[in-house]
Amino acid sequence: MSTVRNSISNSVASHAVLLLYTFIALFPVVLIVINSFKTRKAIFRSPLSPPNEETFSTVGYETVMKQGDFILYFQNSLIVTVVSIFFVLLFGAMAAFALSEYRFKGNTLMGLYLALGIMIPIRLGTVSILQLMVATGLVNTLTALILVYTAQGLPLAIFILSEFMHQVSKDLKDAGRIDGLSEYRIFYRLVMPLVRPALATVAIFTMIPIWNDLWFPLILAPAEATKTVTLGSQVFIGQFVTDWNAVLAALSMAIVPVLLLYIIFSRQLISGLTAGAVK
Amino acid sequence: MGSLTLQDIQKSFGKTDVLNGIDLSVSDGEFLVFVGPSGCGKSTLLRIVAGLENPSAGQVLIDDKNVTTVPPAKRGIAMVFQTYALYPHLSVQDNMSLALQQNNESKQLIQQRVEKASDLLSLDTLLKRRPAELSGGQRQRVAIGRAIVREPSLFLFDEPLSNLDAALRVQTRLEIARLHNELSATMIYVTHDQVEAMTLADRIVVLNNGLIQQVGTPMELYNNPVNLFVAGFIGTPKMNFIPGDKLGLPNVQTIGVRPEHISLVESDGELQGTVTHVEHLGADTNIYVSCEGLEPVVVRVFGEFHVDQGASAALRFQENSALQFDATGMRI
Ligand SMILES: Nc1ncnc2c1ncn2[C@@H]1O[C@H](COP(=O)(O)OP(=O)(O)OP(=O)(O)O)[C@@H](O)[C@H]1O
Ligand SMILES: [Mg+2]
Repeated sequence: MSTVRNSISNSVASHAVLLLYTFIALFPVVLIVINSFKTRKAIFRSPLSPPNEETFSTVGYETVMKQGDFILYFQNSLIVTVVSIFFVLLFGAMAAFALSEYRFKGNTLMGLYLALGIMIPIRLGTVSILQLMVATGLVNTLTALILVYTAQGLPLAIFILSEFMHQVSKDLKDAGRIDGLSEYRIFYRLVMPLVRPALATVAIFTMIPIWNDLWFPLILAPAEATKTVTLGSQVFIGQFVTDWNAVLAALSMAIVPVLLLYIIFSRQLISGLTAGAVK
Repeated sequence: MGSLTLQDIQKSFGKTDVLNGIDLSVSDGEFLVFVGPSGCGKSTLLRIVAGLENPSAGQVLIDDKNVTTVPPAKRGIAMVFQTYALYPHLSVQDNMSLALQQNNESKQLIQQRVEKASDLLSLDTLLKRRPAELSGGQRQRVAIGRAIVREPSLFLFDEPLSNLDAALRVQTRLEIARLHNELSATMIYVTHDQVEAMTLADRIVVLNNGLIQQVGTPMELYNNPVNLFVAGFIGTPKMNFIPGDKLGLPNVQTIGVRPEHISLVESDGELQGTVTHVEHLGADTNIYVSCEGLEPVVVRVFGEFHVDQGASAALRFQENSALQFDATGMRI
């Protein structure tokens, strides 16, 4: 009896904690979304109430659509994020495979070197990066952003993935070698599917800072044609007046694509976990 | 097809020397078993034969061709791993056909080989399943099937049965013995298990400290061990070792007598002691006798045998059964 009661009170407690956390995490997001559908006055008068007949307005969205080319900004953000994630996963997984699979001189040192970026923020190198981009003529291109974000994401990716790849059974890889699979096939066909949950995790960790970044788009690619959503939204924030309707609308819209990407990756995460490795 | 020669194989991992010069030749169709204590380098030696590990020195010859630098897939070998190592995302059928596909064999031939192997191992009903949907024994059979479809001249097994329970182990052991007869391929088999070694092997290789201690048929090793290590390693319960001077042989360092070669008598034995413990195993009985100044001596009696703890007993050795070893542990 006591164990049953314990488990009930346990689960009530844990659900309470989780609900509280969910509430805290979702509160700002919900606030942004509901206020984006209200008139400017209503936003300030009662920021916490949902829009009603009287206060409902889509003026923010209209401004956003009129001002600048938001579809293009979205496209830029998506391209930069998706391509960067792709390269981070590809190069990260390759480096992690080499580090975990092959014994060579300086293996540990190389691993440490590649992980160093976790502790040193890439923004410290902004000036040299800008000089580099100017010298190579990459300023105001999406390529510049993709290169920087790939570099930014790699250290953590390599660190996480090599831990996971260590755990992939050595016998499995050896069985592949005996069956005549090349090292590339072993990497793609055997190891990558088994570390899929880790890949999804890395993708999510990589995605959010890239999508939200304002710094590098502002410095490396501020031109109209290469603006990202985060940078594009800044036009509504002035030093003296801020068009809150437009800012909130832009932010609400910016949530959607990341949300979609997140859902895709977390599917991978779950199916990877339930596929079950074979011992 | 399927002979193997190892010439002075050495292997070190950094500063640790694992293999210190292994010379061995295995003839075509032979069933050879490597035994030895954990960490003595059995797996390492097998992996060198497979080409998964490079020897630090020495040569591997398969069918008299030097294959030391040939990649594993081109050596005409197949390997079965202790952990099965099946590809988790492929069906049983695809697991078995992958190597042939990789070799660009025709669909027809692949189909034919897979059918033959699945017949041999009764895997027909499992072909469409994923490894995760199989029991341990079935997985190991699939792993063996994957080795068979390649029709290698040399099979390598690294403790293939150690993850199975006792009953399955016996069954799969018989299956491997049958396969060896039917395929008449050379097989090299690593195991911890003495029964597996004794029952399967044409010849057994006893390894210790990265060196071959002795190579011989199971009975040669049992009857004529060359040194103390082999004498103690082969046979359960372990051979009894008794200092020579206790038995009136001062120029012999150690006398070795197998438990089954000692009998309990009323008087007039080589040794005198008291019974400290009795193990009834059904088919035979192990009796531990402590004699003054000695490790307990184990006596193995066939069938049921009743003796009280604390009873005094005389031990008589069967004639010519005592082996003599010198101070370096070698047979005299
Ligand atoms: N990749 C490696 N790096 C360093 N040392 C290794 C490596 N592989 C094996 N060794 C060492 O080599 C020795 C022999 O290992 P091996 O796996 O061949 O032993 P084994 O006889 O197969 O043991 P077991 O019966 O436990 O499987 C061990 O001491 C092990 O620590
Ligand atoms: Mg081993």
